[in-house]
Amino acid sequence: MLFGITWDTSNGDLAFALSILPILLRGMVVTIQATIAGFAIAMVLGLIFAVLKSVPLKIVSWPTIVITEFFRDTPLLVQLFFLYYVLADYNIILPAFATGALALGVQYSAYMAEVYRAGIEAVAKGQREAAKALDLSASRTFTHIILPQAVPRVVPALGNYLVSIMKDVPVLSVVTVLEMLGVARIIGDQTFNYLVPLSMVGGLYLIMTLVASALVRFVDAKLPKRGLPFK
Amino acid sequence: MSEPIIKFEKVVKSYGNYRVLNDLDFEVARGEKVTIIGPSGSGKSTVLRILMTLEKINGGVVSVGNEPLWHEQGPNGLVPAREAHLRKMRKQLGMVFQQFNLFPHMTVLRNLTEAPMSVLGLSKQDARERAEELLQLVGLADQLQKFPNQLSGGQQQRVGIARALAMRPKVMLFDEPTSALDPELVGEVLNVIAKLAEEHDLTMLLVTHEMRFAREVSDRVCFFDQGNIKEQGTPDELFTNPKEERTRAFLKAVLEG
Amino acid sequence: MPWFDYLKPLADGAWITVQLTVFSTILGALLSFIFGIGKLSDNWAIRAVSIAYIEIFRGTSLLVQLFWLYFALPIAGDAIGLDLRLPPVVAGVAALGLNIGAYGAEVVRGAIQAVTPSQYEAATALNFTRRQTLWKISLPQAIPEMMPSFGNLAVQNLKDTALASLISLGDLAFRAEQLRNYTQDSTTIYTIVLLMYFGMALVLTAMMRVLEASVGRWRGARS
Repeated sequence: MLFGITWDTSNGDLAFALSILPILLRGMVVTIQATIAGFAIAMVLGLIFAVLKSVPLKIVSWPTIVITEFFRDTPLLVQLFFLYYVLADYNIILPAFATGALALGVQYSAYMAEVYRAGIEAVAKGQREAAKALDLSASRTFTHIILPQAVPRVVPALGNYLVSIMKDVPVLSVVTVLEMLGVARIIGDQTFNYLVPLSMVGGLYLIMTLVASALVRFVDAKLPKRGLPFK
Repeated sequence: MSEPIIKFEKVVKSYGNYRVLNDLDFEVARGEKVTIIGPSGSGKSTVLRILMTLEKINGGVVSVGNEPLWHEQGPNGLVPAREAHLRKMRKQLGMVFQQFNLFPHMTVLRNLTEAPMSVLGLSKQDARERAEELLQLVGLADQLQKFPNQLSGGQQQRVGIARALAMRPKVMLFDEPTSALDPELVGEVLNVIAKLAEEHDLTMLLVTHEMRFAREVSDRVCFFDQGNIKEQGTPDELFTNPKEERTRAFLKAVLEG
Repeated sequence: MPWFDYLKPLADGAWITVQLTVFSTILGALLSFIFGIGKLSDNWAIRAVSIAYIEIFRGTSLLVQLFWLYFALPIAGDAIGLDLRLPPVVAGVAALGLNIGAYGAEVVRGAIQAVTPSQYEAATALNFTRRQTLWKISLPQAIPEMMPSFGNLAVQNLKDTALASLISLGDLAFRAEQLRNYTQDSTTIYTIVLLMYFGMALVLTAMMRVLEASVGRWRGARS
């Protein structure tokens, strides 16, 4: 029994599968929540890193480059354990879900920073020079000239990372977050039938990533692109 | 005129609603040197690309050496050709491309020996001898260990010609061989083609914008317009005394332009 | 325990991590080429199998795949009368290789399709068969283009090996967790471990750069 829902182990695999589906769907909700939370943290952190990297002071940009490289090149699982145990050592007690979302955010912030930078750099240099020639202020150039052109460029890449984050959420089960895979493990441990719940998680994941990818494509298609120099 | 080696009968080629070739009838005799001229979009290059099996036809029959190219004999008449038939037919044809299309990852020598070895089954020794002979012919005997991007455009195109000849085709197709070249490099390529035309009994089909060259080298010039031959004849007839208004307008435009 | 006493057990774990990375990357590279080329096949059955493989392994989570191979496969084997219990190292290498291979297959497919059509026209004009065109024309030009993406995938794979600790493989992440359980010295241990992973990733990146430079020569000499 989990979440107050009992499973049916005596009427064959199909009945078992049907009885645990609502439990797995509960887990799926947590998976989606963790994905969104991790994505949001990564977007914000990534933007901060992107800005810090572009600061013309080496004393700021270099450490940022090293830190983002470090975040990018070390395993999510180990980062997660680090946050989970080390923060506790310093009496910072976060709920498991928050720790997990933070780890996802940290890992992916490094990728996001790169996406932002590429998006901004892809806006033609001539655009910046034109803005300068028109005597637009730096902030106005950024918000009115650069961002509107950069955002549509970065959306597909950000969308891909959203899907990647979703596929990394199961790692959070090791710190007791009850997302879909963690739930399936518990069912397997208790019924000794891993085949049905784990196969169902695989199938549900396929559906989720297909839907998420379709969503990303939909958003990308809806963005205004008129008049922008796309390849 | 001896029997044709190339024959187009009522050939249709279209892209969507646009007809590039419009019931084209066209013949080339064995050993004949034919130049195709005409405005862009008139279907000149398409004729060559169809012969090289790079583009399918939508109607009619193309024959090479009395055998249908895009069809083979089925129990109830002609049926679309399969890859094996196309491979057999392609042996007779060689092509020189506008953009040279050399293999950038191979030396000049390997560009010339790879196909003779793996397609014709020549030994390494024989392929190399053949390559050296042909590089001599195009005047690049000392460049065989270079890579294509170390050569000028004119040199690359001469390698392209040698590479096609290494397969010993009966018919050579030249698709605007000098259009991608800087003006000062055009001459060296045309010289090689002229030499080939003079010294060999190859059948040659050439699409070009070089009118003076067309006049010197060809037995017959065909003026293509709107997917068909508008006018054809010996170079002298066509260039000095064109009958059609369209031909006159075209020649006037290119010769003065 | 002073921090340097952790180094020996952690180094043992790191060695397992290195082996896992090497074997699964090799397996992944093989699968990348098989299914990346398979997806471009003329044969619809080969194409279907390739697409199914790529979509299933890219569309589900690596950890789900790992657990499925380790926990669920033996039960599936039982049902058909086969002993499919995999030792952790086999399950680990298989899951990592299958997963990274699916991503690699898309890289291979993309790079082959990026070879310009005019190269294929030249190959047709010279009467190469489809197979000869693949081996002699497409792949030699496509492989150098694949290398940067392969480099990223190799680092991704190195990071992913940490998940193998969850099926009790004695890799670096596993040893770290063992030591932490024993000493409770989380900060020191996990700091060292993160730095070790970082170091391995930097070495791997450098190695992939060398490999990239060496296959770059296939592109033909630069003028």
